[in-house]
Amino acid sequence: MKTFILNFILISSVVLPIPGRAAEDFVYPAQGLHTRTLAASCAACHGTNGNAVKTNAEFDATAIAGLDKAYIEQRLIDFRTGVRPATVMHRHANGLTLDEIKQLADYFSRQKPEKHTMPEPQMLKAVQDE
Amino acid sequence: MNNTADFNRRDFIKTAGVLGASVLGALAFTPHAVAMGKKPPIGRVVVIGGGYAGTSAAKYIRMWSMGSIEVVVIEPSPQFVSCPLSNLVLGGSQQISDLTFGYDMLKKHHGIQWVQDTVTAVNSDAKKVMMQRGEITYDRLIVAPGVDFIYDRLPQLQTAEAQKQIPHAWKAGWQTVNLRQQLESMPNGGVFVITIPQAPYRCPPGPYERICQVAYYLKAHKPKSKIIVLDANAEIISKKGLFTKVWANNYAGMIDYRPDSAIVSVDVQTKTVSTEFEQVKADVLNVIPPQRAGKPAQMANLLASDYPWCEVDFLSYESKTVANVHVVGDSVASGLPKSAHMATSQARVCASAIVELMQGRSPDPAPVFANTCYSFVDDKQAMHVANVYRYDAAKKIMVSAEGGGVSPAPSDKEGAYAKAWAHNIWSDVLT
Ligand code: HEC
Repeated sequence: MKTFILNFILISSVVLPIPGRAAEDFVYPAQGLHTRTLAASCAACHGTNGNAVKTNAEFDATAIAGLDKAYIEQRLIDFRTGVRPATVMHRHANGLTLDEIKQLADYFSRQKPEKHTMPEPQMLKAVQDE
Repeated sequence: MNNTADFNRRDFIKTAGVLGASVLGALAFTPHAVAMGKKPPIGRVVVIGGGYAGTSAAKYIRMWSMGSIEVVVIEPSPQFVSCPLSNLVLGGSQQISDLTFGYDMLKKHHGIQWVQDTVTAVNSDAKKVMMQRGEITYDRLIVAPGVDFIYDRLPQLQTAEAQKQIPHAWKAGWQTVNLRQQLESMPNGGVFVITIPQAPYRCPPGPYERICQVAYYLKAHKPKSKIIVLDANAEIISKKGLFTKVWANNYAGMIDYRPDSAIVSVDVQTKTVSTEFEQVKADVLNVIPPQRAGKPAQMANLLASDYPWCEVDFLSYESKTVANVHVVGDSVASGLPKSAHMATSQARVCASAIVELMQGRSPDPAPVFANTCYSFVDDKQAMHVANVYRYDAAKKIMVSAEGGGVSPAPSDKEGAYAKAWAHNIWSDVLT
């Protein structure tokens, strides 16, 4: 039975470790729980861990992974005070505490810049929707 | 899938259930376990649903547990079709194939196990999920099924045949394509009728964005046509000032908005809807049915007794009624907008909490996250509503922080940013 399961796993490639990544790629020692979920909610616009995708669209969002800590902090404060004009960032910066801004700046400054891509668009398959 | 593979998989799932996570996990994660110092996985999380919420939860549990928690996603559909931007298919500036993706990169990059199947029952005492072709046990279960449509008052619309005539197109896919084709076949001077259910429903600004997109198409191609909106709500429930202005300025004379107009019946043959006050006949009819938490949430008895959504602890998204079962995304009873960004934000609080709880630690006592909903008013211009939400320890709910709000007006610039939002959220949840 054991052999059977193992065979299945080997041939199916359904079960995989996180390939080619070290644990430290995802978590750094001082990472706080509060900051990691807050930072993750920036991903919708700035990509996973601040790695915005590069596309051939007319505009790509700014990648914030690996930017200088003081720079990120200053930008967020400037969005908050309105010193730097924004379409939407003032809404996000305004809802944060100064401590959260510092933590986010620290978090994103520690992220390794990586090349992230969009998933490939596909033709819709002929299955019945719900 | 051929028979042998099917048999193997079914057997794998059953066996996994019998042997428990440890044996299978030890085998399954050998390469990574070696890298991690030979630790066996600390447990298995099963995720029901591969939408925005389910994929985010799966990915971030794998990331934040550094691969030490086994994650299995159960999703019936072979593809992910994005609801955000799907209204643009009706307007004609996007194709459904621009919004349709596979799950391969997500699975491969994060070592997520995937079962393409439909959940038939959940046994939370035995911590087991039953599917059409097998069953699987869990240490913790995440239920992220999105919404289910309520046809109690509109039984005529329940069949696939009726929905061919009158699509909801409120889950992106072939119904979206069908509705677009109906608009293309509608004569100039025809009437498009859309009905909006009582809130809460998926995507608060979505129906109003849809009206803009249909108006955008009709204005260019069938300018004598009309749009009648039957809204069960007392007023436009999201970005009201902005939508009202756009309708008046960009689509003047085209949109007839009728509040407090819940529909009570539908005649499928004649495409006629009735409210308590009137009957309205359409050339193209789009009924967005009332909604509740998705079917798997119903099967697991997660819905509140007097409200068809699931009450959760906002620190972990664990169900208030069933232990070790978490709910994220549109199915949650939260008072928060049921949006894609919100679904991912909730999913990550849940993922973070599960990673801590499974290692005997406590979750963040005061989570904070962001939400943004962009709406397109034509092919290029968009506008946002954006808020940060903070946990209120006294009320035990998420409340919106100071500083949130909407765009002053739709713009091309925000249209480009809204597309970038889509590209990045797709990359975040699917790669
Ligand atoms: C809804 C999309 C959205 C979300 C969510 C979002 N951003 Fe932004 N961000 C933008 C846009 C758009 C800009 C450009 C300024 C503008 O128009 O608002 C920007 C700019 C920035 C910049 C300045 C970059 C530069 O070099 O000029 C920083 C830093 C930043 N964001 C950080 C964050 C952080 C941290 C979060 C999470 C708390 C976040 N953003 C969430 C859309 C977003």
